[in-house]
Amino acid sequence: MKNEKNTAVINESDETTVEQKRWEKETHDPSLKKMPERKIPFTTVSGMSIKNLYAPADVQGIDFNKEIGWPGEYPYTRGIHPTMYRSKLWTMRQFTGFGTAAQTNERLRYLVSSGGTGLSIAFHLPTLMGHDSDHPNSRGEVGKCGVAIDSLQDMETLFSGIPLDHVTTSMTTNAPATILLSMYRAAAEKQGCNAQSLSGTIQNDILKEYLAQKTYIYPPRPSMRLIVDTFSYCAKELHRWNSISISGYHIREAGSTAVQELAFTLYDGIEYVRWALEAGLEIDEFAPRLSFFFNAHNDLFEEVAKYRAARKIWARVMKERFKAKNARSWLLRFHTQTAGCSLTAQQPYNNVVRVAIQALAAVLGGTQSLHTNSLDETLALPTEEAVTIALRTQQIIAHESGVTNTVDPLAGSYFVERLTKDMEDATYAYFDKLDSMGGMVAAIERGYPQKEIADASYEYARACERNEKIIVGVNQFYTDDDPKLLETLYIDENIEKEQIERVQALKKSRDQDEVSRTLDRVREAARGTANMMYPIYDAVRAYATLGEICDAMRDVFGEYTEPEIV
Amino acid sequence: MKKKIRVLVAKPGLDGHDRGAKVIVRALRDAGMEAIYTGLRQTPEQIVQAALQEDVDAIGVSILSGAHNYVMPRIMELVQKNQMDDVMVFMGGIVPDQDIAELKKIGVKGIFLPGSSLDEIVNFVKENVRQD
Repeated sequence: MKNEKNTAVINESDETTVEQKRWEKETHDPSLKKMPERKIPFTTVSGMSIKNLYAPADVQGIDFNKEIGWPGEYPYTRGIHPTMYRSKLWTMRQFTGFGTAAQTNERLRYLVSSGGTGLSIAFHLPTLMGHDSDHPNSRGEVGKCGVAIDSLQDMETLFSGIPLDHVTTSMTTNAPATILLSMYRAAAEKQGCNAQSLSGTIQNDILKEYLAQKTYIYPPRPSMRLIVDTFSYCAKELHRWNSISISGYHIREAGSTAVQELAFTLYDGIEYVRWALEAGLEIDEFAPRLSFFFNAHNDLFEEVAKYRAARKIWARVMKERFKAKNARSWLLRFHTQTAGCSLTAQQPYNNVVRVAIQALAAVLGGTQSLHTNSLDETLALPTEEAVTIALRTQQIIAHESGVTNTVDPLAGSYFVERLTKDMEDATYAYFDKLDSMGGMVAAIERGYPQKEIADASYEYARACERNEKIIVGVNQFYTDDDPKLLETLYIDENIEKEQIERVQALKKSRDQDEVSRTLDRVREAARGTANMMYPIYDAVRAYATLGEICDAMRDVFGEYTEPEIV
Repeated sequence: MKKKIRVLVAKPGLDGHDRGAKVIVRALRDAGMEAIYTGLRQTPEQIVQAALQEDVDAIGVSILSGAHNYVMPRIMELVQKNQMDDVMVFMGGIVPDQDIAELKKIGVKGIFLPGSSLDEIVNFVKENVRQD
């Protein structure tokens, strides 16, 4: 958006520009002759060129009131709340899940007792892929990358002794999100909690699975229908629940640049909104419950600019493109996780420092919730000691660093405002491209975003190989005898056997007729157009397993195979 | 003309993190080899079958989910069963220290942990495949 009148952030008078030219000639250039710049490309982590200096001329055309504005007001560049962390710190949410439900329950209780303020559940791959632990494809995977949840029985164990109306829970699940949300609700109701009192988030972002993380089950179109069904179900049944967390995290982990992360994530959001509107939902009915999830990589300023641009773009899209009237529909609320892909196996203690810088970027960028990675995560799931350091990192930033004392402290920085605007413009360019392809589902079917990400990923790997990007302890400052961590978490292979026995015993003990009846109703709903959440909830309560319910939908929707992109 | 080295890059298990596998495929190709990628979620049976059909010199397996203790022994068993003695098997991913010795014992020639460089992997393949 071009402004007719230029009103600079701080000072853009001609006098300043003249002064800048004078400074270059009289001070900068002679100095450069004596002290030439280091022979490295000066770029962001993502490869965006960075100038030697930013000054008022760089923010010409950025209208303070319209483009930057005031916290808690449209376009929310400076934050969604007027007071931000002066009133309430972000939620410190450490991702937890390994082994069995009982083991993970222990870790959840430990984190709550250590000052963690929200729960975040990582499910193991068989659950994410819609298989029970006794499925042949689950071999070797049970309890490894998350917690094994096969049925409502496991979900009850997972939250045993944790009152679900007193915590907020985030569940990282996408293809089977409808089932895990139903299990959560059923487990809470068994504890005596009212569904309307439940607060939390299901990730439920299937588009980024096709783009990046690849834990999809069904083809994009029926998957989109499941998402729209959860939007409408949450609006009616779980109105404090975030029905989706639209995730750039995985897009970045798959190797995208910061701009690609921003553009593809926000465009995924646009796609969900379009599908929900086409299904007849009202924008202000579901939009206030949409939430986002971003990555925090090493480049502090690039990351801060990314979050500021994200809020501004989303507000504009919701208000101007989708005509949302409720101001809550314009807000981009987001969770952040520090970049797992940036951590190194070499000199693992360096990771503590990386995580601190990344977490600082998230906080300076105004996140609502934060997960800090543990130093041992390139080697295994975190030990209790490692996860405690990660949590303490957040607490030190919150209570010792002083960065929470004022709202959006980097606003007005010539560099940050320029970078915010550049990222915004680059994002709109991607939007135009995706619009011209007919939207994100169509673009995914052509393999376009997947290829963009794969190209960026290879370019980054090569830049590191050429030593254009220095990775401390890897391509520079390495030692031959790196100190290894003393201990990493090891998942016992016996867990698989125990979990298989548990799910098989359940299958023998429940009312099989009721299970079959409810699964038939899931199939029937899949063939029609009714909201899938209701029959799935009934099947869950009858102790149908996650694999059985996913299979019932597989019967109708089929499975997805991606186009080959290398 | 010297025959190009052929490598099958395989992604077994349920995990979809294929960034590493895809980067390796490109790096091997840039180094003048023929690299074939299996795509996601291949069983050990499918991987060995593909290696046979493609007549490759090496199989590179990418696993970060922790399923290596099931997947790798099964692949090695099938490699032996099919008398593919000339096929070199290597892997990359997240492998706990205590599993490495056992994997080497069953014949996995190289194990590349996070942080390994592309050149290191490319050179390893060049030096360890059997070239007649």
